[in-house]
Amino acid sequence: MRTLSLALRNLLRNRRRSLTTLSAMVIGAVTVLVFGGYSRNITLSLQTSYVMRGGHLQIQRKDYFLYGSGNPAAYGIAEYQHVIDVVARDPVLAPMLAVVTPTISLGGIAGNFAAGVSRTILGAGLVVADRNRMRGWNDYGLPIDLPPSPLTGTAEDAVVIGNGVARVLELCEPLKVPNCPQRTKSEPAAGASAPADVAALSALEARPAAQPGEARIELLAANVHGAPNVASLRVVKAERQGFREFDDMFVGMHLAQAQRLLYGAEKPQATAVVLQLVHTSQIPAAKTRLAELLATMPQREPLEVQDFETLNPFYGQAIGMFAAIFGFISALIGAIVLFTVGNTMSMAVIERTAEIGTLRAMGLRRSGIRRLFMSEALLLGLMGAVAGVAAALCVAWLVNHAGLTWLPPGQVDPVPLTVRVWGETPMMLGTAAGLALVAVVSAWWPARRAGRMLIVDALRHV
Amino acid sequence: MNVVSMNRIGKTYHLDAVDVPALIDIDLEIRPNCFTVISGPSGSGKTTLLNLIGCIDQPDRGEVIVAGEAVQKLSDDALSDFRARHIGFIFQNFNLLPVLTVEENVEYPLLLARVPAAERKRRIGALLDAVGLARKARNIPGQLSGGERQRVAIARALAPSPRLVLADEPTANLDSHTGAAIISLMREMQREHHVSFVFSSHDPKVLAEADDAVMIRDGRIEKIERREQREQRKEGTS
Repeated sequence: MRTLSLALRNLLRNRRRSLTTLSAMVIGAVTVLVFGGYSRNITLSLQTSYVMRGGHLQIQRKDYFLYGSGNPAAYGIAEYQHVIDVVARDPVLAPMLAVVTPTISLGGIAGNFAAGVSRTILGAGLVVADRNRMRGWNDYGLPIDLPPSPLTGTAEDAVVIGNGVARVLELCEPLKVPNCPQRTKSEPAAGASAPADVAALSALEARPAAQPGEARIELLAANVHGAPNVASLRVVKAERQGFREFDDMFVGMHLAQAQRLLYGAEKPQATAVVLQLVHTSQIPAAKTRLAELLATMPQREPLEVQDFETLNPFYGQAIGMFAAIFGFISALIGAIVLFTVGNTMSMAVIERTAEIGTLRAMGLRRSGIRRLFMSEALLLGLMGAVAGVAAALCVAWLVNHAGLTWLPPGQVDPVPLTVRVWGETPMMLGTAAGLALVAVVSAWWPARRAGRMLIVDALRHV
Repeated sequence: MNVVSMNRIGKTYHLDAVDVPALIDIDLEIRPNCFTVISGPSGSGKTTLLNLIGCIDQPDRGEVIVAGEAVQKLSDDALSDFRARHIGFIFQNFNLLPVLTVEENVEYPLLLARVPAAERKRRIGALLDAVGLARKARNIPGQLSGGERQRVAIARALAPSPRLVLADEPTANLDSHTGAAIISLMREMQREHHVSFVFSSHDPKVLAEADDAVMIRDGRIEKIERREQREQRKEGTS
């Protein structure tokens, strides 16, 4: 009969009180784990969304991240194909790579001159086959299914735009965009024709004849020399882009088209080489290896590597916010458990005062008395932790199968409301260990008091 | 050598601003293998004296030597270990651990004294046979009568083979018939195990069984009477 056995029997001796304490611990564990699972799901969903669209790492010209958006053409990588070849063939990096692809980011103005509307846009030149492979990345098995890019199998002048762009450029009707409010055309459009200079530029393009019902835009961008360049492009589809700000500005096009806009007849460049890794956890190793490779590469332009967290600051902010809320909830639950278990152990000490005196008289040391009550708290904590984790898994399963959806901040599409508890072993173990630790800590004071009782006083207690 | 030797022991309780002397200049020797009864009226200091002999309380003055050890010099842990090895307790309210079975209650002090498992098993069997509770070894105290509980307490007190067993009014919560049976059992066990028993009691049946009777009043020893002296006195009276 060891201390733990005696502690367990003492807990079972007062079943109702032990169950009440356990219930408080289970509710606490479920609260922490379900919120933790929800928070974890948000983090992984955001990460997956960013990695599907922009990869884990980008090799860019030095300072492009800081200043490049003002003049992307000036921060191009002329030898981007060589960079891609070196990276893809590297024996250290190759096993980590899912996709390596060049990309161009550009700013400009898109106009639907027929409707007399225009807006500033963020354009992206993409290698469609590579992007389709990137869209299949789903390392965490989330309920996210991004279909292939609408640019698949299209001509070079094809573009895909965000739903927001379609709305502002009044292209919802020809593009058959659902739930897209359109401006009431009570007055004739103010700009029925393009300004003369833009029209002249546009006329330089070998513009295909517009088909009935076809949606076209004119895209104006500054080329590498700062001169305006314009392209007439066929919009194949309007597609939601996940984040509202992005949805209102996005124009995706074939890489060759973007290169022609920025570099004209000159040697085409890319503003970044995108690397999508097999697993996010490989980022540090990949960055280290890339730094070694870039240092040995005889480049004219100095290059640097940025990860997706740096490129998308919202990701870090969202994680930080959820971590803070999680920490607050955990602290609150911890305090409740601390006082609940502490109260239970204090009552046990009072009730068993004569027993404490008997044990001490028989020769049990003060430390033995302390150990006995701490063991009871530890057992209570472990039982609460196990029951709490089990209950949290059940609650998570119910939530995940209830078909609930919600609209995260900044997004335009509702996403399934899921909580990720199963598989999050560190979170489950951490919560269980934390609960057990809080239970033990809460018993420390009552156990100390029990150990320091005078034997004769304890024996006199009725 | 005497099992207990007390020299000029003093103990005072402090109740708020009032000092209440419980024991005053006590000199006492407890002989080995003897049945010693400490007797006196309520508040005379019997329990305090028993607590000091049992090393569960400390005197304010004087020296207590138990089993050859000056117990006041021992640390709290050393004193706990000392009690586990040398002293057994029988309480008025039995004080069995309610969550343990009869045999586990008897085993508990053996665990504290770090007795090996095989020896524990042997001693538990022998003691439960001796107190007539072998058939109830798996029962918990709640399933036993008062007399049975006190038998378990006797077995528990004797389990670690102590030099001294202390019993604070062990028959106070028992009916007279059961009380007499318990006294008889304790006497038998005391002789069989060659251990010194010290009682606090004012039960005449207990006093009748005593080898030494210590009369205490107002914190002072009034008289110590050996069995032979009592018998001579009885013969003289008759």
